[in-house]
This record gives sequence, structure tokens and C-alpha cells, in this order.
Amino acid sequence: MSFGEFLLVAVLALPAVGAVLVAATPRDRAARLVGTAVAGLTLVAAVLLAVGDRGWVGYGPAPAVLPWHRLDLPWVPGLDLRFHLGVDGLSWPLVVLTALLTVLCCGYTVWRVPAGGSGRALVALLLVVEVGILGTFLALDLVLFFVFFEVVLLPMYAIIAGWGGDGRRRAARRFALYTLLGSVLLLVGVFVVVADAGTADVVALTGGTGLSRGTQLAAFTLLALAFAVKSPLWPLHSWLPDAHTQAPTVGSVILAGVLLKMGTYGLVRMAVGVAPEGARWAAPVLGVLAVAAIIVGSLVCLAQDDLKRLIAYSSVGHMGFVLLGVATLTATGIQAALIGNIAHGVITGLLFFLAGAIKDRTGTGSLAELSGLRETAPRLAGLLGFAAVASLGLPGLAGFWGEAFAVVAAVQRGGGLWTTLAVLAAIGGALTAAYFLRLLRQVTHGRPTPAVARVAPGLAGAELAAWTPLVLLALAVGLVPALVLGYATAPVDALTAVLP
Amino acid sequence: MGGMSLVQSVDNVALLPAYLAAGTAVLVLLADLLLARAGATVAVAAAGAIATVAGAAAVGAVGTRRTFCVGGDCSWVFDARAALVAAVFGLLTLGVLGLSGPLLGTGPTPVGEYCFLLACSMTGGVVLGAAGDLITLIVALETLTLPLYVLVGLRRGSLASAEAAVTFFVVSVVATTLTLLGAALLYAVTGALHLDRLGALLGAAGDLPLTTAAVALVVAGLGFKVAAVPFHAWAPATYDGAPLPVAAYLSTASKLGGVVALLAVVQRALPAEVTGPVLAGLAVLTMTVGNLVALRQRRTVRLLAWSSVAQAGYILAPLGALALATGRTADARATAYAAVVAYAVFFVALELVAFAALVALRPVGTDGGTLDDLRGAARRQPWIGAAFVLALTGLAGLPPGLAGLFAKVIVVRSVLDGGAGWLALVVAVNAVVGLAYYLRLTAVLYADAAHAVPAGRPAWPVSAALAVATAVTVVLGFAPQLVLALAAG
Repeated sequence: MSFGEFLLVAVLALPAVGAVLVAATPRDRAARLVGTAVAGLTLVAAVLLAVGDRGWVGYGPAPAVLPWHRLDLPWVPGLDLRFHLGVDGLSWPLVVLTALLTVLCCGYTVWRVPAGGSGRALVALLLVVEVGILGTFLALDLVLFFVFFEVVLLPMYAIIAGWGGDGRRRAARRFALYTLLGSVLLLVGVFVVVADAGTADVVALTGGTGLSRGTQLAAFTLLALAFAVKSPLWPLHSWLPDAHTQAPTVGSVILAGVLLKMGTYGLVRMAVGVAPEGARWAAPVLGVLAVAAIIVGSLVCLAQDDLKRLIAYSSVGHMGFVLLGVATLTATGIQAALIGNIAHGVITGLLFFLAGAIKDRTGTGSLAELSGLRETAPRLAGLLGFAAVASLGLPGLAGFWGEAFAVVAAVQRGGGLWTTLAVLAAIGGALTAAYFLRLLRQVTHGRPTPAVARVAPGLAGAELAAWTPLVLLALAVGLVPALVLGYATAPVDALTAVLP
Repeated sequence: MGGMSLVQSVDNVALLPAYLAAGTAVLVLLADLLLARAGATVAVAAAGAIATVAGAAAVGAVGTRRTFCVGGDCSWVFDARAALVAAVFGLLTLGVLGLSGPLLGTGPTPVGEYCFLLACSMTGGVVLGAAGDLITLIVALETLTLPLYVLVGLRRGSLASAEAAVTFFVVSVVATTLTLLGAALLYAVTGALHLDRLGALLGAAGDLPLTTAAVALVVAGLGFKVAAVPFHAWAPATYDGAPLPVAAYLSTASKLGGVVALLAVVQRALPAEVTGPVLAGLAVLTMTVGNLVALRQRRTVRLLAWSSVAQAGYILAPLGALALATGRTADARATAYAAVVAYAVFFVALELVAFAALVALRPVGTDGGTLDDLRGAARRQPWIGAAFVLALTGLAGLPPGLAGLFAKVIVVRSVLDGGAGWLALVVAVNAVVGLAYYLRLTAVLYADAAHAVPAGRPAWPVSAALAVATAVTVVLGFAPQLVLALAAG
């Protein structure tokens, strides 16, 4: 077994074994520490995946998917299921982001366990969710991808239903049923492809080789619907606001930070890669829906009066930009989508941490009862300001690149439709700025309300430890987008080269 | 018959599993008579079940063996699939014996009769898997079912139990009559009883008179046994009235028997052009009605019963693909038949775990109770709760119930292999509806219990049955190929 293969196994095995260890550790605090340590080791393994040779050394043209490391073992031959993992520039940034957010969430849980259940069970569930998300990003077999996609569902349900807010049961049930609808469509889509092609190997399938046009259209429709539920794409987003609002802070961070990315990653890697003709055919619809999501998301945010709910709805708009980038099917657009994914994960993760901190301190999430945070907790207000400004896409911070280049890609696509979409998306970007500035004006400025007046100015060490990496990453990705794009250029070029 | 020898050479090795199962029944009777000790009787029954499993595995491992042959047609075909079916029946009997431990140890239930009837039923199941003609098939199915009429009514002093037994008896008799009538018509039309010969004759002759009616009667009669809608109404009342371990046996072994019988006639005897559309309709109706009604259930066993009706729909779904010409190619058919067996095996494993967990959580001798009776149960008994959740998520087709996830994958894959995309979408949407009630039960298990009932530890046979069944399910979840390979055989 080569070092790369070892790392691929380690990235999945560490959190899986870790979850069992955490569940078996008798003392609650010790269990949470064990979980955090395991998540830390997973992060190390995930970062190390980028080490090693990643050039194309074979003969002939490079294939459309060229993993840096891969591991291919038979699992269930009767179902065309192979344990086939690989990592490349499309997946690696997401793998690292997942591992990072899990460490931060586990560490945060060591400090504070939300009401509802034991911290040990919460950390164990976070690790299981991590296994599912990482497996989804690493799978190079359609059936294996589906299996990992499903692994996430019930543990996330349990996190929301067990540790969430007052309306948690309803929100959790809605989350589970909606996303299961997505994943059963994925199952049907996957086997539409497998039944026609006779293989589930993503490396062999990328480019749509050997699939008839009819199969590609059917497969893309099913896969795109499945990923549209997960991402989520308007009008299939209605599970998201409740789930994000009701989930405990760490649940919201994972949900917004990486769980939604399973949808957009799947769209790029599986739907566009495996059924490119279908993608070309459906691109205008996808583009229109993406822009609708941007506009609707922003308008709803302008009228929102709950902090967590506002951030949740902002995700609908941000993911709209990502999907617009994918829908253009150009190299610029897909790169914009990838960096938009990472930026949204970092910034919205931070926003949910901050919203959770504010809600824990004041006991309310209602914007009407929050104002004057600057007076009593200047550092918290400052961080909220930073995250909001990063999220609205200020140049120099991470949020800028994805949104700007999604618009640029749509303009480059040309034609009346795409130009109109670009203009509308840009207007949506302006609306995003409007609602975040409104948020800041309401929460940080003004005279402190009674709820805010109680807040002590200090921040806990655990909070700083959880937030600092995200602040630094938002800056770093904003200033040096090559951190993400440098890895993504080669795979995106290879992918767009096989598009019809 | 003139030239044919009337003296047949009988392959006793092929019959070994049936001998072992029938021998178990006889020995149980003798043990009860001579030793008259409950423990000894149960031990004999359990040992017999284990011997049956071992015998089936040993005979199945040496390849297909046939006996009772007339020309090329054999009444007894013991192949890999028959071995799998026999082994599963043996294991289910063993599991149900474990679950019955407390019931037999304390209650007024007559131990000897109980074990004897269970062993007889097992014998029917073992024979059923290897049956090669319609008479053997129907007799085996009745041997499987008859003892259950008595077992269902064994909760003495319970009106529900008596009602359940009568309902079950009446419905079963009607179902058997229908099947027999259908078989008689088939014999009248073709002059054949062997499944393969029937298949050849019906396939070659094209449109024979009465064939459609005969096929409809046979399929409807067997539909009662698998509790397919609209032949399902007996199941919820019967399951709920029966003692819990017997309900477990009904929803696993008895359902598996119906599936095996239905598959045998559909695969080998009846024309797929006729059965395909009927089975597609049955599958869609069964899963949809089962899931929708399960949503409204307040009693645990009724919820599981309706869920098992819905599951019968998923089991039948691969056969529905036979309705289309693309589903009748040799490859697609082989996939569909294997999918039915594989799904049925995964289902009975998960269902047994669910019932075992329920038996472990409920006080001895009670029925399944309402969902509220289970409130917070998983918090008091985390291990049993975990096994229950594993089973429920598996039945919903989701991890951590990996066995159920792969079962769902198998069905969708085989349906799509047959080109029936619409049926795959119906299965998919039904899976979403199903999750709603499985989640409701799971959420109840972990809810905060205001009126916490102090938890008693379950008796060791129950714990052992639950542990083994859970372990088997977990292994199948990671290595589904074990079942897939045998199911294809």
C-alpha cells in the first residue's frame, strides 16, 4: 500500500474508529477530548493528501479525471460497487474544509455542550457525519458515492433532533424527508447510468463516453434534482431555513459549511461529468433557477428578523451564485463555483459560530431585541462585522471571487439569456450587500437593548480558537485565491475539455 | 408411463435437510413425552434447527442435487437458492425459539406443542425451497402455515388472540383454495404439474384457454401469503393479536414462504407476459398502501405489520419489471429473481431484529403495546435501543442499517435493469414516505420519558437471539455479496 492509499484510508478510518472510541469512552469530557484529537489527526491526514507527485505520466491525452492518489478495491461485485477512492484538485479543498470544520466543532463542543443530550454522543455523531461527507468527496465510484451520501442523513437528523432549538423535531423531520427524497432520486439516477454503461467507475464514465443522449438527459435530470435538493436550489430549498435555524451551533456550521457542498460537488463531478450532454441541455434551466435563488434569497433576507434565519437564507443566495457558475459550464464558471463553495463554507461557518455565540449570550436571535452589540461586546461585534462584510463579497475577502467570477462567466457565455442572468445576479449581489449592512446596523449599532446590555465583553479561549482559523482562511483565500484555484485549474480544464 | 420404471432411486443426501427438519419435529414430540421438561424440549428444538441449517449448508455446498424425477422433471431440486432458503428458515426458527424463551418459561403456554408446531412449520419452509412441482409446493406451503393457526391463538384468555387466529385461518383457507383451483386449471389445460414442464408447455403453446384465469388464481392465492394488497387485510390484525414471537415468525418466515412460492411459480411455470403486469400492479399498490396506512398507526406491532406489507411491495417490485419486454431478457430476469430472494433475506434479518428488540423491551407475556409504551426506552436500554434503531433504519433503507440500504439498491438496480424507470421512481418515493414512520418510532424510542418505567433485563435467550440477529445483520450490511451470490444460484 502506497503512502497515498494509506492516507485515503486513514482519512475515512480515523473518524469512523474515532466515533466508536468516543462512544465507548465512559467519561463525557474525556470522550469529547478524544473526539477532538481524532478529528485533528484526520485534518493532518487530509492536508497531507496534497503531498506527492500529481503530474500525468502516462501516454496519450490525460483522462478527464486524474486523481493524485487512488485506491480501488472490489466490495460488492453483484452491485457494481467498488471501494474506489481518489483525491484531486476538485475534491481536496473540500476535504480539508470538512476536516477543519469538524475539528473546530468538536473543539467547540469540548467547551460547551448544547442542551439536549450528552456531549459524547454529539461528538460521535459529528465524526460519523464527517465520515459520510469525506467519503462523498473522495468516492470515484457512483454507487459508493451514493452510499456515503446516505451515511450523512440520519446522524445529521439526530444532531438537529437531539440538540436543536424549540422547533427541532419538525425541522429535523423535514430535513430528513427532503434530503432522502434527493438521495433516492440520486439512487435512481446512478443506476440509470450504471444499467446503461455497465460500470460505475467515475474515471471511466466522465465525459459521457458510451452513454446515449437519452440516458444522459434522464441521468442528468435525476442527478441534478437530487443535488438541487441538497445544495439547495430554489424552489427545493424549503428544508434549509428551519434546519439551520433549529440546529445547534455546531450542527449549523457543518450543515452550511460542508453538507451543502455535497450537492454542488456532486453536480460538478457526477452530474456534469457523467452526463455532459444532459448538462448542456439543462444548463439554461439551471441558470435561471440559480439566479432566481439569488434574488429570492436576498429579498427574503431583507425582510428577515431572526439572526440565524437570515444567515440560513443567505446560504440560498450564495449557493445560487455557485450553481450559476456551474450552469455556465465554462472553466471560469466552474472555478468560480469551487472557490465560492470554499468561501461560503468558511464564512458561513464563522457566521453561524458568531450567531450561536450571540444567541447563547443574549438568549434571543430576534434582530429587534439585538442592537448596540458594539457597546457591550466590541470584539464580538467586530468579528460579526468582518464575517458579514466577507459574506457580502468585499474584494480582498474570500466571498468576492466566487460571486464576481460567476457573473463574469455568465457574461462570457454571451447571448441574451446569459447576459440577462449576469445582470440579475449582479443585482442580487447588491441586495446581498444591502441586507448584510442592514444586519450590521441593527445588531452592532444603536443603543444596547436589555438583552444586549447583559453581555460581557470577553470572548472565551475556546471561541477564539474555533474562530481564528476561519478568520485567517477568509483573509487568505481572499488575498491569494490561488490557494484553491491553483489546485483546481488542471481538473477543471480536463473536465471542460470533455464537455460537448 | 409404459416404458418408464416406476421404481425411483431416491437421493437421500438431497433430502437430508428435510429429514433433519422433520426429525426435529418428531424428536421434540418424543422429548416432551419422555423427559417432560420444558428446557429439554426447547433445547432439542434448537439443536434440530441448528442441524437443519448445517445440513442445508453442507448439501448446498456440493452443488445442485435432484430427486423424485420423472424423465427430466424433478419434484425435488436442492440448489444453492434452496439451501439459502432452508438455512434462513432454520435460523428464523432458532431466533423465534430464543424470543419465546420467557413465554415458555413462565406462562401457561404448552411447551411441547409450541416447539413441535414451530418445527413442523420449519419443515414446510425447508421443503418449499426445493419444491419442483405444484403439489409439493402447495403442500409445503400448507405445512408451513397450518401450525401457525394454532400458534397465533396460543395467548390464552386473550380475545384478540382468538380473533386473530380465526381471521388468519379463514383467510388462509380461502387463499389455499384459490391456489389449488388455479393449479387444477393449469393441470387441466396442460396435463403437467412440474414447474419447469408447465413453463415449457405454457411458453410453447401460446394462448391456451383458461390460462389467464388459472394464473390469476395462483398469483392471488399466493398474494394472500405474502400479504400483498389487496390480499393483506388479515395481516395487521393477526400480527397484533398473536404472541410477539409468533408475530415475529409470521412476518419473517411465513412471508418468506409466500415469496419463495410465488417466485417459484413466476420464475419457472407461469408466462411472464401475464404475470408481469399483475405483479407490477400488486407491487405498486402494496408498497403505497402499506406505507400510507403505516403512517397512521399508534400500536407498535400494527405499525410493523403495515410496514411489512409495504416491504412485500418492494420484494415484488423486481418481478414487476417483467411487465416490459426489456424486462424479459434472460439477463434482466436473472437479476430480478436474484433481487427478490436477496431483498427477502435482508428484510427477514432486519424484521427479526426489530421484533427481537421489541420483545426485549416489553414485559414478559404482554403484546406489542402502543408507541407511547416505548417512550424513552432506548435511553433506558441503550444497547437494545441501538439494535432497534439499526433494524428500523435498515427497513427504511438508510445507514447505519447498511443491509437495508443495499436491499433498496438491489431492488432499484434490478428494476432499472429491466427498463422500468417508472417503477424505480415509485419505489424511491415510497422509501421517503416509509422513512416518516420509521423516524417517528425512532424518535419515540429516544424521547424524554416523563413516566419512566423501571427497565427489567430481558431473559438471556431473548438477549442472545437479539445479539446474534443483530450481528448477522451487521455482517450482511458490510458483505451483501454473501447473500447476492447465493440468491443468484
